[in-house]
Amino acid sequence: MSCDEKVDCGRRRLLVTTAAIGGVGGAVVATPFIKSMLPSERAKAAGAPVEVDISKLQPGEMLTVEWRGKPVWIINRTDEQLASLKKTDGDVADPKSEKQMQPKYCQNETRSIKPNLFVAVGICTHLGCSPTEKFKTGAESGLGADWPGGFICPCHGSTFDIAGRVYKSKPAPDNLEIPPHVYLSETTILIGEDKKGA
Amino acid sequence: MAGSENKYKSDGTLIGGALEWVDARFPATSLWKEHLSEYYAPKNFNFWYFFGSLALLVLVLQIVTGIFLVMHFKPDASLNASGVPVAFASVEYIMRDVEWGWLIRYLHSTGASAFFVVVYLHMFRGLLYGSYRKPRELIWIFGLLIFLCLMGEAFFGYLLPWGQMSYWGAQVIVNLFSAIPLIGPDLSEWLRGDYVVGDATLNRFFSFHVIAMPLVLLGLVAAHIIALHEVGSNNPDGVEIKKHKDANGIPLDGIPFHPYYTMKDIVGVVVFLIVFSAIVFFMPEFGGYFLEFNNFIPADPLKTPPHIAPVWYFTPFYSVLRAVTSDFIPFLWLFIAAIGMICVRPSKLPLLVKLGYLGFVGAMFVLLGVPAVLAGWVGIKLTSIVFVGLEAKFWGVVAMGASVVIIGALPWLDHSPVKSIRYKGPIYKIVLALFVVAFFILGYLGVLAPTPMRTLVSQICTLIYFGFFLLMPWYSQIDKCKPEPERVTG
Repeated sequence: MSCDEKVDCGRRRLLVTTAAIGGVGGAVVATPFIKSMLPSERAKAAGAPVEVDISKLQPGEMLTVEWRGKPVWIINRTDEQLASLKKTDGDVADPKSEKQMQPKYCQNETRSIKPNLFVAVGICTHLGCSPTEKFKTGAESGLGADWPGGFICPCHGSTFDIAGRVYKSKPAPDNLEIPPHVYLSETTILIGEDKKGA
Repeated sequence: MAGSENKYKSDGTLIGGALEWVDARFPATSLWKEHLSEYYAPKNFNFWYFFGSLALLVLVLQIVTGIFLVMHFKPDASLNASGVPVAFASVEYIMRDVEWGWLIRYLHSTGASAFFVVVYLHMFRGLLYGSYRKPRELIWIFGLLIFLCLMGEAFFGYLLPWGQMSYWGAQVIVNLFSAIPLIGPDLSEWLRGDYVVGDATLNRFFSFHVIAMPLVLLGLVAAHIIALHEVGSNNPDGVEIKKHKDANGIPLDGIPFHPYYTMKDIVGVVVFLIVFSAIVFFMPEFGGYFLEFNNFIPADPLKTPPHIAPVWYFTPFYSVLRAVTSDFIPFLWLFIAAIGMICVRPSKLPLLVKLGYLGFVGAMFVLLGVPAVLAGWVGIKLTSIVFVGLEAKFWGVVAMGASVVIIGALPWLDHSPVKSIRYKGPIYKIVLALFVVAFFILGYLGVLAPTPMRTLVSQICTLIYFGFFLLMPWYSQIDKCKPEPERVTG
């Protein structure tokens, strides 16, 4: 701060201090306004776990339920679909699911607790669209003769295999997220919780 | 400014007396003179100079129709008794049950597209005649901020009808922010106000659309015009009319904005309104481009429509976003590095800086280019290492942002000795034509679903788009320009 003879330095200092304190006050007052835009208590409370009955889910079928406003898929995979995972190993970006897109108990070849039953959040890891199922294999799928069955995102064309693993060189950076889930019985899954009776 | 010569002296009539009374208390006459009757604009304005005043007209139209739409619209995502979201139902109510509601809504929805049409043409005028060049840099930057603001306004407004396109479009764009390292996911959650796009998002977008953005927009439009009237308008010849003034200090090639250009602009308004009305009354959906068909289905958070695309005015930039795939990143970086080399070489920077830059580019070639060409996967692995694990998604967002913001750098990229395309050489004419073609192709591809071929074309067009800007310091200097005239021509 320059301070020549014509300026009353004491007053100038007081002026700058007042302005600085006023600025701090302004910044502090902005806090409630910024914080008011965060998810409210009601929005936070709405994230309760969801119980799903899978007794009627036949092999090759898919069920979509809502959890925290997001679509969650439950797919009863056929043996052919599970066999296709071996073939896609070389074409997917993260074949061993090393990135933590799934709970520890789903970090395996099929990305699931039970090999056939696949539970995943149906939200593309690119920009949040919901991928479309393309279970038909080969040319019939419209995705080329060697398509082994999986998902394609309608927004930016990311493709995923039947375990939600993203193919290489696609916009989506990660495999589909596997939510925490637990089998309450042979035919009931609880989505959103790891432990029974929680 | 408000000198005594600008104060109105009453001629004895009642109205004259009233004006004198006002003028003694408010600079009415001097404002009128400064911005209209004594604002001297070049006499050679052509067709391209209609779009500034048309943009102002559409702004007024959007504000007026918006006021009346808000009287009936309900920003509420909850389901009504028939299981339809209240917001979606309220738009249908406006269309079917509110008297003349359909007209007001179609004026507003067509107005949004018309706004972008006139603004794009207005910006293209700047590219033709070098309107961004010194001393009009700030006008250009205010203009770019208006464009950004307009994009925000259009984006927030598009969520309000709460259709499938509204919902998934917002989902994609808000998730763009989650690509920012570290703070991204929290930032997009803060913007949404929930873990997914929901009622909280709809309400705040409504607030932004009707209050926040229009206020900022009006402020920026005022700044744009004040800056313009400070330095004076450019013209199709790109020469300064203020260089030649008569004895009264009035530019020889200038004519008062009012009545000359107010009259001319009214002709433009009439023609514009004929076209605009034809669309509003006969094809308000404009084949799915102005109002997308999927948006006639209420928002469903569990199901993305099989094909989603933004509205046409966002598609060129959206294509740039999609063009950045992980195998394209090495090429993008090499392209930028090579351009840098072309631009750095003839500059006045110290030799050491030049050599350092050369070394950097060389290292980039070895690290990225060679492996990327030899084997795609090595390139991908290396890019993720070199760029601290940041992925295609992040660079796609950066490229999209850059494709808009780079427009603001034009005043400093253009080193041509002349402003107007009339006197620029063949290089600029070819490059500008290429740029326009690339922009249209990007826009067209942004509407379509991606295929490998289309992605490749959009990548080439993305390079042309950025090349137009980044190579400008180089090609604008070597272009064979014609001499500018001293005064404006016809």
